[in-house]
Order: sequence, then structure tokens, then C-alpha cells
Amino acid sequence: MALLTRSARRPARRRAAAWAGWLFVLPALLFYGVFVLRPIALTLQYSLYDWNGIGLARFVGVDNYVRILTDERLLSPILHAFELIIFFSAVPVVLGLLVANTIRGIATTRLAGVARTVVFMPQVIPLVAAGIMWSWLLSSTGLVNQLLRAVGLGQLARAWLGEFDTALPAVGLIGAWVLLGLCTVLLLAGMGKIDTALYEAARLDGAGPVQEFFAVTLPGLRQEIAVCVTVTVIAALSSFDIVYISTQGGPGGATSVPGLQIFYLAFSQREVGLASALAMALMVLVVLVVLPVQWVTRRGEE
Amino acid sequence: MIVSRREALLGRVLLVVLMAVTIVPFISLFVTALHPGGTYPQGITWPEDPQWGNFARAVEAAQMGKLLGSTLLIEVGVVPAALLFATMAGFALGQLRIRGHRVLLVLFLLGLTLPFEGVVIPLYYQVREMGLLGTRWAIVLPLLGLYMPFAVVWMRAHFATVPAELSEAARVDGAGLWQLFWRIHVPLARPALASLGILLFLWTWNQFLLAIVMVDDPTRRTMAGALGAFQGQYGTDIPLLCAGSLLILAPTLLVFFVFQRQFAAALLAGAVKG
Repeated sequence: MALLTRSARRPARRRAAAWAGWLFVLPALLFYGVFVLRPIALTLQYSLYDWNGIGLARFVGVDNYVRILTDERLLSPILHAFELIIFFSAVPVVLGLLVANTIRGIATTRLAGVARTVVFMPQVIPLVAAGIMWSWLLSSTGLVNQLLRAVGLGQLARAWLGEFDTALPAVGLIGAWVLLGLCTVLLLAGMGKIDTALYEAARLDGAGPVQEFFAVTLPGLRQEIAVCVTVTVIAALSSFDIVYISTQGGPGGATSVPGLQIFYLAFSQREVGLASALAMALMVLVVLVVLPVQWVTRRGEE
Repeated sequence: MIVSRREALLGRVLLVVLMAVTIVPFISLFVTALHPGGTYPQGITWPEDPQWGNFARAVEAAQMGKLLGSTLLIEVGVVPAALLFATMAGFALGQLRIRGHRVLLVLFLLGLTLPFEGVVIPLYYQVREMGLLGTRWAIVLPLLGLYMPFAVVWMRAHFATVPAELSEAARVDGAGLWQLFWRIHVPLARPALASLGILLFLWTWNQFLLAIVMVDDPTRRTMAGALGAFQGQYGTDIPLLCAGSLLILAPTLLVFFVFQRQFAAALLAGAVKG
């Protein structure tokens, strides 16, 4: 009876509040529309023009996109971004899983509590500061080389961010450092939610630590892994601050990434159309990578 | 849980290693900041004569007072307004469930993974047309828009869990919509608001791309944007640069340690933001 009256009463109330309710969304919608949705549409529009930002724009259709795919200078940043995924995403997630699984048993101890706080530190500082910090650590007189010399690997010492072969992995290392703590803590939190009875059952069935990990832990962490992958992949694809500070895309474009290339094309070379096409490509890439991850986790839950 | 002693020990060792890897870069930054200006110290070495004055030099060289004032102005422009707008929208979508709330939610979700680089070019021209280039408004206004997807989704998640009966009861008692929102629901949303506020504060402090695109004068930027300029100017004076970096990142750590409890939850849940 109570249920009936409530459901009968609600629509009328809802109608009355309909227009007033919209007023509550209005400010957020306005800012979102003006400073996000409109700019997205404009990026798409600019991307179809040859424009230097001042003079007349000339419609060129998909020419800018064709140039991105055919010009090495424009395509390589995208490839670099994918390479960065290994460092920004694969390393923190895999390492995070290993570390979290190992410390799972002592997750309630005081040490684990302190560690949880400490490993978050890279997450809260400006990426610019992380970039400056690591530029120094990786420089020829920095800590990394000092450690190498200390263990007798002095011949490996080099200016890591300054050499062709090592610059991109070095940038990746900075990203891995920033994101490892986040992934570890996130995964640890997820492990805390797994029913301990499952572990006991696995042990009773004679599962070793490895089997246990694959049979109990990994499936139980689907949600958390999806979040880790999403966050870190986006961080890799749209990296800017770290690269801008530590290498400016050098040496010779070896660490150029889409974000950086967009910035240079639009604001120093005044190739606004081309920069916009790259920006569109970046947004599409992010969606293409993030959607399947979301889809897989959603489906797994059902 | 059954854990063998060997596993527990391995866990402890790993934790300590992980903590060391996290902290050592900060220590390196700190001891380097104490070396004489213009030198290139070897790795981590404690200086013979620690130059505590480097911090004072960095404060002066970076015009830290002005930077701090500028950043706080930007924060004041962004955080309260973003919180208010997101709370109102979250309330309408999660509690009132206004007509079309699903469509609106999807619209906001769309922006959740957006890289700022995707819209920074039109934003620049838009802000220029508005005549705001080089002012703090050029950072404040776009950030309000860019934060909305995350902030609205976050607040909606909170309001969706508040029982509708609460609203009904308040309505029966004669509360208008605005009173219902302001008197009943906003006080209940305080924990969600606190976490969101801390995140928005840090994201604004750390905002780099918008700051360097929109504002040429470093003393009108965010802290991170100003640090970028500082690096450009004093990049060769490593100890000074380290001192400046420490001064600019220290407040973020302070905020983190003080509000730790809200923060961990917020960061974990809020991790979907790119």
C-alpha cells in the first residue's frame, strides 16, 4: 500500500520539479559546454583547415590527417606514446600486482599503513617537479650513474635523457615512478575486498602461491586492474609535463609525444590546422584504448 | 589469513624497497638543494657546508610571494565555484533525477577521459576573443569547464546513494527545492565535498599546460606553471633549481599529509580522471 501511494505520487512531484531541477544542472552544463564541448567541435573544425592562427583559413579536408600518417615527424610522436604505455602502464600494473600480492598478507600491519601513505607521494606533487627531480637523478653526475659506478657498472653510466637510445625509456621510467604507488595501493585495496574464504579453499585444494594468484587474486581484481590500466594508459598517451620539462622532445625528436607536438605546432610553428588534427587523433586514440578496457570489465561482471 | 613467515618477511622487504624507491628522489632533491650554487654535486652527497640560504635565494629568484598569491587567487576562483556547480548538478542528476538525467550523465561521462591537449587550441583562441589572455581568468574559466565531468560524476555518485525518502520527508515538511538542497543535502555531502575539494585544489596547483599556454607572465600562473618558467631561467643552477622545486612541491605534500584520510579514498575513487 505504502509503495503504491509513493509511486503514484512521485511522477507529479517530478513534473513539478522538472524545470527547477534543470536550473541546478545549468551552471555546470554551461561551463562544460563553453569550455569543453564547444572546443572539441572547434578542434574538429580547425583540423580540416590550413590555418596559421591569424590570417585566412583554407579548407583542406582530410589533408592534415593524411600528413600525420605520412610525415615521420608527426607519426613518430604517436608511436612514442604507445611505447610509453609499456613504461607508464605495463610496468606499474604488473609490478604493482607482484608487490601488492606479496604484501597482501601483511596489509594490516603498521608498516603497510605507512607505506600506503609514502608511495602516494609522487601522485600529489606537480609532474613538473617530478620531471625536474628525475632530470637531475638521470643526469651524468646524478644518483643513477653514481649507483651504477658503485656496483661496478660504471661503463653503463651516461646522460640517460640525452642519448637517442635511452631517452624515451628514461622518460618512461619517470612515469613508472609516478604511477607505481597509485597502482600498488589501488590493487592492495582491491585485494582487501576479496573473500578470504576463497584463499583458504584454494590452499586446502593444494594450490601453490602461483596457482592461488591466478585462480583467486587476479579474477578478484578485475575492476581495480581496469582502473589502473585506464588511468595509466591515458597518462601515457597524453603525457606532456614530464616530457616538456625533462627533454623538450629531444634528442632529435626521440622523445616527442603527441601532447608536446600539438603544443609546438599550435603555439610556436603556428600550424593550427595540423596541430588540431593531431589533437583529434589523440582524443580518438584515448577513447579507442579506454573503451575496450571498460567494456571487458563490464562484461566480466555480468 | 594464512601467511607463512617467509612470505610475510618477503612482503616487508618489498614494502621497504618500494618506499625507498619513492623517497630517495626526494632526498636527492633535498641534499642537492644544499650544495653551493652553480655546482654539479655527485649523486647523493651531503655537502661539506650546507647552503641553507639556497632556499631563501630560490624564494627571491622565483618571486615566491607573488607566485603563492597568484596561485591562491586561481584556487579561490576555481575550487569553490567548481564545488558549488558540481554539487548542484550532482544533486539534480543523482537525487532529483530530473528528466533526461541519464542523457546528461552520459554527456558528462564523455568528458571524463579527455586529455587537455585535445581542447587547448580552441580554448586559446576562445580566451583570446574574450580578451582574457594573460589574465588568471584564462586559467580559471577553462578549468571550471574541464573539471566539470569528473566533479559532476563524483557528486552524482554521492547523491545517488542518499535515500529519496529523505527528500520526500523534507518536502512534506514544506521545504522548497533550494532549501532542500542547501539545508538537507549539502550538509550530508560534506565528506564527498571535502575529498573533491582537496583533489581540485591539488590539480589546480599542479596545472601546467593551461598555465604556460594562456599566461606568459610566470607570476600570474599556477605554481607548476611558474616552476616551468623557473626551470627555463635557472636550469643550469642545479642546487637553486632543486631548492625551488622543493618549495613548490612541499605545500602539496603538506596538504596530502594533513588531509590523508579523505585523500586516499578520493584518489582511489577519483583515479578515473586522466
